[in-house]
Amino acid sequence: MKRKISLFVPCFVDQLLPEVAVDTVKVLRRIGCAVEFPEDQTCCGQPALNTGYWGDARPCAEHFVRVFKNADFVVCPSGSCVSVIRMFYPELLAHSSLREDAAALASRTFEFSEFLVKVAAVTQVGATFPHTVTYHASCHGLRELKLRDEPLQLLRQVDGLKLIEMVRSEECCGFGGTFAVKFADISAAMGTSKAESVAATGAEFVTATDPSCLMHLQGILGKRQASTRTIYLASILAQDSLAQKSSAQERP
Amino acid sequence: MSQTAAQRFLHDAAVKSADLMHREIIQRGMDSYDVAHLKGRARIKDWEAAREKCQAIKREAINHLDRYLLQFEEKVIARGGHVFWAANSEEACTYVKNLATRLGVRTVVKSKSMVTEEIQLSPVLEKAGIKVWETDLGEFIVQLREEPPYHIVTPAMHLNRGQIAKLFREKLDPAIDSDDPAYLMAAARRILRQAFFAAEMGISGANFLVADAGVIAISTNEGNGRLCTSIPRIHVVVTGIEKVIPRLEDLAVLWPVLATSGTGQGITTYGTLIGGPRRPGEVDGAEEFHVVLVDNGRSQLLADAEQREVLHCIRCGACLNICPVFRHVGGHTYGTTYPGPIGSVLTPHLNGIQEFKHLSYASSLCGACTSVCPVKIDLAHHLLQNRRNATEAGATKSSERLIFRAWRYAMLRPRMYALGGWLVRKVLRIIYGLGLAGSILDPMRVWNRYRSPVPLPSESFRARWRKDLAAN
Repeated sequence: MKRKISLFVPCFVDQLLPEVAVDTVKVLRRIGCAVEFPEDQTCCGQPALNTGYWGDARPCAEHFVRVFKNADFVVCPSGSCVSVIRMFYPELLAHSSLREDAAALASRTFEFSEFLVKVAAVTQVGATFPHTVTYHASCHGLRELKLRDEPLQLLRQVDGLKLIEMVRSEECCGFGGTFAVKFADISAAMGTSKAESVAATGAEFVTATDPSCLMHLQGILGKRQASTRTIYLASILAQDSLAQKSSAQERP
Repeated sequence: MSQTAAQRFLHDAAVKSADLMHREIIQRGMDSYDVAHLKGRARIKDWEAAREKCQAIKREAINHLDRYLLQFEEKVIARGGHVFWAANSEEACTYVKNLATRLGVRTVVKSKSMVTEEIQLSPVLEKAGIKVWETDLGEFIVQLREEPPYHIVTPAMHLNRGQIAKLFREKLDPAIDSDDPAYLMAAARRILRQAFFAAEMGISGANFLVADAGVIAISTNEGNGRLCTSIPRIHVVVTGIEKVIPRLEDLAVLWPVLATSGTGQGITTYGTLIGGPRRPGEVDGAEEFHVVLVDNGRSQLLADAEQREVLHCIRCGACLNICPVFRHVGGHTYGTTYPGPIGSVLTPHLNGIQEFKHLSYASSLCGACTSVCPVKIDLAHHLLQNRRNATEAGATKSSERLIFRAWRYAMLRPRMYALGGWLVRKVLRIIYGLGLAGSILDPMRVWNRYRSPVPLPSESFRARWRKDLAAN
């Protein structure tokens, strides 16, 4: 029986990085899942939650729960947004009438690589990507969702891909949402240190479980006119040998 | 006009995060700490179990603080010591100053204590005409530089040996001609030895107050702690009330875990237990023994059920060491006694949320601090709760409140959200098309100061879904 997946596309991915979600759909369909996209979805509430506006985050979280509460599985191409749903909704919605729906939903909500490896038990998705790649361990996937090896298991199965480990791969890239703007100097300094770790590997691409880290890092790398480019995990896994010939060089 | 703490922080953070020499010194220090810390953890058979044990000990102590502190006090008094309960900095400083004045103290030697930094004890003593010597080498160095400790465990980690040699040459002895660490240490030791023997009073902190035994426990590496507490006639311990632990046997896990988290050592070079003044027949120890128990906002934090566990902190410095913000802005930028994640969580409680809320925002919430804390304080979560407390107290800007109100309005209306997203992309594309990226007209100019612009696709994912993905 086909697993039915409701895709949750984080707001910034929807608006700025649509390719990330397109590739997520491609991979999920390739491994035999049925994917739907509930169009009433907006945002998990993280921007308000993390800035301290819990009063504004709460109705947004309730909206999320209402939109997804009947889903079999929710899969999301961002460990950070999943960690909000799994780790922070219980506290945010502690006095909400949707408290129990939220808790049940959290147990069916997964980050993309987590879903592939832990739920679907798939590591080989038939991808080909003949490039050197280094991996940045996005903070919330790593520390909130405890995903240390899952993304690497997927990358190791990609045909032609050569993985190069970077130093301090588990140190934050400096994005942090509104932090990147409120404390731009610190954020950029952290991003620069990360960019230096990336550069030291000499890899062509840097990947991660969170497109927000990659968006930030791409900005830093772009400003430095570095040759390494960012690519989201699903965008690597979506590449098959046919796609390789035409589009590998055009991806964000 | 004088700057607020937040403005000062932003300014100093900008300067320090661009200071490449600073970054190199700190990164090198942290890299060697990382190696030692991991090696140290590997020596403990089950690190997670050790953390859980330490958490349980501290939780028990904090939840029964009244009982354990009284038990500690009773034992100390029974041995002829004195215990003074100080509600705030002023009371603590006044007690020590009056004691020193009454007993004719002219020279004080101090071993490392963050609480004395917190209550600003040294300036009070100096104003009373008393000479105060910091005897921990790092503290001695920052005292010569007339600056506060950079880090709660390694106060002078921001300096390399060349800078220290230059400092010693200027302040101690113009004949100092080498930056060899052993040579510099010997130079400091020669001067400090004289201070130890001149001092009438030694002031120390305490890593733990052991309730059942009624003793203070101190972990040190340089031996100065023992000299401070055993040579001078009077020994004063200045410590926070949260340092109490129930039983002597708890040190069996707390001492190695503290050392491992602090420096990567299996245990520190010296572990000292002191429970009162010198008794008849003993060859050393102070004639008078005083313990000053400092509250200074701690009982208020104790009353906060959500954040009470912040009092579990054993001041190991592990959260500072792993914090990428600390690594880039350095300890002095915080402008607080306790820098780094624990300081950002604690300072708003001790010194006011209005003035220090910015510290809770100055974090990417990466959670590295939570992952290393040996007593399992969920620091990242507390930073988030501080942010919530700040907005609920109305301490944030009205423009920001308005933005989030508007954001919420749109997020509850999917079509408005989609339209808003489209509009923002459209406007930014026009601005960038006119070559105005980074100009005053660019709402993303702060982002673009350090980064290339974010991609602005003509279609959102939801548009593409409807067009060519939904049907598949």
